[in-house]
Amino acid sequence: MGNGAFEGYAVQVRDLTRRFGDFVAVDRVSFDVPRGEIFGFLGANGAGKTTTIRMLCGLLSPSSGSGTVAGRDIVRDYERIKLGIGYMSQKFSLYEDLTVRENMEFYGGIYGLGAAGIRKSGEALLESLELEPQADKLVGGLPMGWKQRVALSCALVHDPEIVFLDEPTSGVDPASRRNFWLLIYRLADRGKTVFVTTHYMDEAEYCGRVSIMKGGKIAEIGNPHRLKERYGLATMQEVFIKVVGEGEG
Amino acid sequence: MNRILVSVFRKEMIHILRDPQSLVMVLLMPLLMLFLYGYAITLDMKSIDTAIIDESRTPESRSLAARLSAGDFFRITSRDAPLDTIGDLFESRTARCVLVIPSDYASRLMAEGGAKVELIIDASDPNAASFVDVYVGQVVAEESAARGGGGRLLFTVSPRVLYNPDMRSADFFVPGLIAVILILISTLLTSIAIVREKETGTMEQILVSPIKPGQMILGKVLPYTILGFLAGILILVGGSLWFDVPIKGSLLLVLGMMFIYTVTGISMGILVSTIAKTQAVAMLAAVMLTMLPVIMMSGFIFPVSSMPRVFQWLSAIIPATYFLEIIRGIVLKGSAFADIWRQAAILVGMDVLLIVASVRTFRVRLE
Repeated sequence: MGNGAFEGYAVQVRDLTRRFGDFVAVDRVSFDVPRGEIFGFLGANGAGKTTTIRMLCGLLSPSSGSGTVAGRDIVRDYERIKLGIGYMSQKFSLYEDLTVRENMEFYGGIYGLGAAGIRKSGEALLESLELEPQADKLVGGLPMGWKQRVALSCALVHDPEIVFLDEPTSGVDPASRRNFWLLIYRLADRGKTVFVTTHYMDEAEYCGRVSIMKGGKIAEIGNPHRLKERYGLATMQEVFIKVVGEGEG
Repeated sequence: MNRILVSVFRKEMIHILRDPQSLVMVLLMPLLMLFLYGYAITLDMKSIDTAIIDESRTPESRSLAARLSAGDFFRITSRDAPLDTIGDLFESRTARCVLVIPSDYASRLMAEGGAKVELIIDASDPNAASFVDVYVGQVVAEESAARGGGGRLLFTVSPRVLYNPDMRSADFFVPGLIAVILILISTLLTSIAIVREKETGTMEQILVSPIKPGQMILGKVLPYTILGFLAGILILVGGSLWFDVPIKGSLLLVLGMMFIYTVTGISMGILVSTIAKTQAVAMLAAVMLTMLPVIMMSGFIFPVSSMPRVFQWLSAIIPATYFLEIIRGIVLKGSAFADIWRQAAILVGMDVLLIVASVRTFRVRLE
C-alpha cells in the first residue's frame, strides 16, 4: 500500500492552494501527518480548514500544489482517495428513520462492501463502540451522544486508513465528549490516523500534534506541550488566541 | 457497482415503507383525483333547465317545442311565462335558456319558408352556453328538416361524435389523469428525496464515498419510478372498473409509454433538486413545473387547438401534451405504435435532453 516515498505518512501535502475566483482560501499549505497520529486541525471560522479538508477528502480539486492522502495522489487519483478515508461531519449525517444497523449497512454498501463484509466489520464496530443494545433502534430516537457514536461507526464501516472528524463533538455533553476522545485514542492505537477539527481547546490538548490555520496559511504546527512551552503559556486556549490574534489590529 | 446501486435502492425503499402516511397519500391521491374528475367535474350536459315561451300557439310551434323537450338534454321548467319576466327566470335559476317562438312563427313559416325563433342563454357559464347554442341549433335544424321541402334550409349540420360517442367526461379525463399524476409523483418525490439528503447533510457523507452520480441517481429514483407506475396503474384499473373506461389499445404499449413519461418526470425532479435548497421549495417548484402546465396547457381540459397562439407554442414544449395524445390515442382509439410513434419520439428526445441536463447540473453541484 502507498508508494515508497510517502511510506509512513497518512497525509503529505506540499504548497496546497485553492482559489475561488480572486479569493485564496488555502494558500501554499504544506504539512505531513504520520500514520497513527491524532492530528488536530485548528483555526478560526473562515481560516481555510474546511476547504483544506475538502481537498484532502477528494471533494474539491486543488488549484495548485501536490500531495498524497492514504497513499493516493490528490490531483490525479482523488477519486480513489475516497476508498481509503472515512469522514464524519459535525452534522452527524445519519438517516433518522433507519436503525443503527441499517445506517451502517447503507454506508458500508456505498463503498461496495457485500452483506458479509458489512456484517463482520459492523458487529466488531458495534461491540467496540458499545452500540450493541441500540443496534436495532431508529437513530432518530437516540440521544446526541449515541448519534455521535453511530456517525463514527458509519465512517469506519469500510475500514479506512484515515478518519476525518469535522467538529465531531459539537453539541454533545461533556461526559460524551470525554468518552468520544477515549474512542479516538483507541482508533489511533489500532493504527488509524485521526484528522480532527475542533473548537474546544481542551480537546486540542489531547492531540499528538496540532496545526493552527490563519488566513489560508498554517500559522503554527507542533505538539501541544511543546507549543505551550515555546509560547510560555499554560493552556492551548491561550496559545490559540495568541497565534490567531497576532497581527490583528 | 451493482452492490452500491442496490444499497441505495434498499435504503430508499426503507424510507418509503417507514413513512406509511406519505405512501398512502401517494397511492390515495390518484384515486381521489379519479373520483373528483370522474364525478364532480363533469362536462356532460344533461337536463338543462329551459323555458319555452310560445306566442304563436299553433300546431307548428307546438311541434318545435315538443321536439326540444323530447331528448334528455333539455328539461322544460317553465312554459309561456310573460316576456318581461325572462330576467326573473334566469335570476331564480328556473331556466338557463329561454326559447321564444314569436306570434308570426307559423305564418312566416308558411309564407316565406323561413321563420325566426329567439334563443336567450344564460352565459355566466360560457362553456355550457355554447353547448346549449349548438344543441338548440341542432333541434331547430331537425325540425326544419322534418318540415320537408317547405324549409329554406338546404343543409343541416349534424356533427358526429367519434371515439367517445356518449361524450362521457370520464373517458376524456381518466387517461388524462395519468398524465397529471405520473409526472407530478415522479417529479415531486424525486426532487424531495434528493433535497432531503442535502438538508440533513447526508448528501455530503455520500459524496465522500466512491459512489458515482449515476449509481446514486439510479438507485434513488428507481423506487419512485415504481411508485409512479403503481399510481398510474391504479388510475387505469380504477377508471376501467368504476367508470367503464375501456382500454382499446395494447396494455403493453400503454405501460411502455408510461415508462418513457415517468423518466421525463424523474429527470425534471433531478433538475429541480439541483436548484432547490429546501424540501418546501422543491415541492413548490415541482408542483409549479408539473401540475399547472399539465392541467392548463397540455390539452388535459382545454383543447390545445382553441388556445391563443402563444399558449399553443408553450404547449408544444410540455411533455404532457404529447403523452396525452399518446395515452388518449391508445386507450380511446386503440392506436398502435405506428399511430403514435412521432409523439413517442418527441418524448424520448425530451427525456434525453433532460437527463443530460440533470446529470450535468448534478455533477456541477458536487464540486
